[in-house]
Amino acid sequence: MLQHAIFPRSAVSSCRTGTTWIAALATLMLALLIVSSTASAQAIDPLPFRDHAEELRFQHLTSELRCLVCQDENLADSNADFARDLRHKVFELMQEGQSDAQIKQYLVDRYSDFVLYDPPVNAHTWLLWFGPLLILIAGGLVVGYTIRKRSQAGTPSAPTDNGEDW
Amino acid sequence: MSRLLPFFGFVLLAALLGFGIWWNSSHDPTAVPSPLINKPAPSFALPKLDVPSQMVSKESMLGKPYLVNVFASWCFACGEEHPVLMAESKTLGIPVIGYDYKDDAADAKAWLAQHGNPYDVVIADPSGHTAIDFGVYGAPETFLIDGKGVIRYKRIGPLTPDVIAQQLKPAIAALQKEAP
Repeated sequence: MLQHAIFPRSAVSSCRTGTTWIAALATLMLALLIVSSTASAQAIDPLPFRDHAEELRFQHLTSELRCLVCQDENLADSNADFARDLRHKVFELMQEGQSDAQIKQYLVDRYSDFVLYDPPVNAHTWLLWFGPLLILIAGGLVVGYTIRKRSQAGTPSAPTDNGEDW
Repeated sequence: MSRLLPFFGFVLLAALLGFGIWWNSSHDPTAVPSPLINKPAPSFALPKLDVPSQMVSKESMLGKPYLVNVFASWCFACGEEHPVLMAESKTLGIPVIGYDYKDDAADAKAWLAQHGNPYDVVIADPSGHTAIDFGVYGAPETFLIDGKGVIRYKRIGPLTPDVIAQQLKPAIAALQKEAP
């Protein structure tokens, strides 16, 4: 949002008034930051919740779902038009009495597992879940092999400072 | 030998970086694979853009394959795709339905009047509710639906001459071969 701000030319060209400009800009940016962080999507887009518990459930559920247009945002926080549509759909399904699992399944059926921020363990995601463990095991094997080889060769496993053993 | 190890490590990292760059340039990282491929299309019934009293539904389209192209007058990438559709839509050999997504009817009509209408029929979904059932999350998107109402192919993003020649036309040809 801030990247579209147009900076006055004088802020760059004039050295004398530069510091004043920078201070003014910093204040402006801080103000914008505060305004944008407090204006949550919910405040713009109020939904007729029955009670606070239902609202909390809605907030929790939409925070676990990904906005597909702006993929680094969840549904609860996104201001995208499409995210609003999906929030309304989630709300509608909640009003129909569907469970959280049913609502998630409804979206997964249409938008794939990608819509979930917490991906399930299945054939497509096992590398995602267990890849780090595999790398850790591979690293451990290399370390174990190196230590074994060095101790067999009789060389100390601690690094020597001959400058070559790096 | 052991002195070369850091070099091999560097080569491995460089190869990984190169692979990542290649992967991201040949794949759209924002494209979400549709779970609806080879599944029945959701049932829909939407009014025609020019004659809102007439509805087009999944049932009314059963019997022969057709293409559904999601577009909108507000959609920038649709403007890039439009000349391609103008040139190619009549060469596909199947009906092409324009799916006007979350759009104002007057805007859409003006847009089609200005840029030309490559569609056999245009249906309007101003709320975008039906589009959620299709797993649409933007425009343009294109669905190939067979005569039994099953989604056989989906394209996210603009159709280009390459995509039409290498993906869409072979997919249509395969459909026509299995059900002449």
